[in-house]
Amino acid sequence: MLALHEGGPIPVVDPTTADGVFALAWLVIALPAAGAVILLIGGAIAPKPFAAFGHLLGTILPIGSFAISLAMFISLLGRPDDDRQVAQHLYNWIDVGELRVGMDLLYDPLTALFLLLITGVGSLIHIYSIGYMEHDPRRVRFFGYLNLFVAAMLMLVMSENYLGLFLGWEGVGLASYLLIGFWQHKPSAAAAAKKAFVINRVGDMGLSLAIMLAFVTWGSTSFVVISANVDGASEKTLTAFGLLLLLGACGKSAQVPLQAWLLDAMEGPTPVSALIHAATMVTAGVYLIVRSNWIFDLAPDARTVVIIVATVTLLWGAAIGCAKDDIKKALAGSTMSQIGYMMLGAGLGPAGYAFAIFHLLNHGFFKANMFLGAGSVMHGMNDDVDMRHYGALRKAMPITFLTFSMGYLAIIGFPGFSGFWSKDKIIEVALTDNWLVGICAIVGAGITGFYMTRLMLMTFFGEKRWDKDVHPHESPAVMTFPLIVLAALSVLGGVMLINDWIVNFLAPVTGEAPHEEPPIPAFAVSVIVVLIVAVGVSIAIALFGRRPIPREAPQDVSFVTRATRADIYGDVINDELVVKPGKHLTSGLVTIDSVVVDGAFTGGAVAVGGIGALGRRAQNGYVRSYALSLLGGVLLVVLALLAVNLA
Amino acid sequence: MDSVTPFIVLSSILFTIGAVGVLTRRNAIVVFMCVELMLNACNLALVAFAKQHGNLDGQVAAFFVMVVAAAEVVVGLAIIMTIFRTRRSASVDDASLLKY
Repeated sequence: MLALHEGGPIPVVDPTTADGVFALAWLVIALPAAGAVILLIGGAIAPKPFAAFGHLLGTILPIGSFAISLAMFISLLGRPDDDRQVAQHLYNWIDVGELRVGMDLLYDPLTALFLLLITGVGSLIHIYSIGYMEHDPRRVRFFGYLNLFVAAMLMLVMSENYLGLFLGWEGVGLASYLLIGFWQHKPSAAAAAKKAFVINRVGDMGLSLAIMLAFVTWGSTSFVVISANVDGASEKTLTAFGLLLLLGACGKSAQVPLQAWLLDAMEGPTPVSALIHAATMVTAGVYLIVRSNWIFDLAPDARTVVIIVATVTLLWGAAIGCAKDDIKKALAGSTMSQIGYMMLGAGLGPAGYAFAIFHLLNHGFFKANMFLGAGSVMHGMNDDVDMRHYGALRKAMPITFLTFSMGYLAIIGFPGFSGFWSKDKIIEVALTDNWLVGICAIVGAGITGFYMTRLMLMTFFGEKRWDKDVHPHESPAVMTFPLIVLAALSVLGGVMLINDWIVNFLAPVTGEAPHEEPPIPAFAVSVIVVLIVAVGVSIAIALFGRRPIPREAPQDVSFVTRATRADIYGDVINDELVVKPGKHLTSGLVTIDSVVVDGAFTGGAVAVGGIGALGRRAQNGYVRSYALSLLGGVLLVVLALLAVNLA
Repeated sequence: MDSVTPFIVLSSILFTIGAVGVLTRRNAIVVFMCVELMLNACNLALVAFAKQHGNLDGQVAAFFVMVVAAAEVVVGLAIIMTIFRTRRSASVDDASLLKY
């Protein structure tokens, strides 16, 4: 049952039963899940002991998950290429009528890489949080939420069916809500959490409809069943399925038009921004599309839409990143843009899947690194996030500066650093597919160079623009250690491309890529991209490196700057297109309810009351009148009887 | 003419007189007497029909009516007495408080 398409046979999920170290797969999820339960319940029952060691417990459990993931990964490498899919059946989850869903886990190369990213970067961020959240009275709860998030994210990438994936999908949505609103005493944080939750709900609707469509079409939500029978469905069904998945991915991965929540999500504590809103959760949409590659391989129209969305988002996010003075929001715009690149890779089909995942991993490293670096800067600057109040921090925070620089060089694609390899590959494949998309991606790379250089210059170089009572200092070792590890990974991420290792490793999942020559040689593409990035960097240096930066943001700016400062009016568009019509609709419904529905009810009651008021006049209290009506009644009965009998 | 017919005619006349009395008179005692008149008109009819059919069913029914009427007279007169004591009037129209 192999359908032929441009790149070769569609890869089919056909796992073997888990044995050996793979039998521990369930523990990867169970450890952080247990941590979440223990910390959230225990922290409420016995606050004192948990305040003393809760954060350590919450850190050790993800590290345990990481150890198991690593063991499974090594064991997977020891297997032959065509035997790298392992499934573990835990129990029957739902068994109603024709709907049978098992709690099944799938471990294959794609899941393997995600497990390492989630547990690895997740553990580092847990370690960092020990220092970052040290003075927060609700630190135990914070670690409980973090563990809940890690468990849900692992469920998302390990499930063998869409329903289990959806469980994890909703779990990360919940954890994201709880963590964005962690400082719930701030109204802005509470509002941001609600906004993220509501916008994600739109995407979740798409995913849940996709799952229902899968059940109607294939009678199952299992990857094994769907991938084996995918060519039994019509292309229209597959396109609809793909578009619904894309809607889900847009919500979770902050792609246009569901992008507005990501910038506000920066209200959460910085480790949350690093873990959830940069390194892992927001990449779930990319995972969803790469995981469903059998669908997209046979639905070229859906793939085209993915490419369009991705291209728009990568430029949109980059533009926002240029205008923000809030260091975290600038990085958030950059995250949007980088996920746009990943989505672009995923939308390009078998040629791009592996590079999308490659970029996803590299982005996980360098963006987590830079977010944590930004957290370290904020830590030293009394939680000020305005880059206009920074400047010249490279001497005050040497380790943060050096590690941040590694992340900076990686994201702009400095030759040799991780981002260079992955972004370059995506641009190359994009150029092969469609020159316009490729050029947009190259322009995006140039803008990336501009906004990241601006961020670097405003934060670490130039004059001191600090507030008077601020004394920047380097963060403690518990915070700089994760930075150093992530910086090393940012530099070395490119090794995964040696001999096309990651492409071959993911081939059992994503299928063999078709061999197409790009219109211009790969080497020339790299040179062009580097040159464009250099132009972006030079413009940033000319604008922000050569002249002093005002402490207040200038107000007499061009329309473009105003628009990007306002997130290209994403919120305004949402307000006008969704919120206001929604409010009109609800107020209209309220009017209909109070006028029509209530009118019918109260009107009926009034009518009955009026008739009663007329009728009760008959009760006049005179015995005679009662006797008369009695007599009248009797006469009527008698007449009726006579009429019946005589007729 | 059948031998029962005069009795039925008399019974009808008596019943009509009673009914008109109940509807037109205001003195409670008179109304009461008119009710008794109607009851006894019915008794007359019952007895007459019993004679015609040659069995005792109608006569037994007439006795029942008399017993019930006797009991009713006791209760009714007591009520009228009480109303008269409180309102100093035996007019049924004066006792018209129980209304809308």
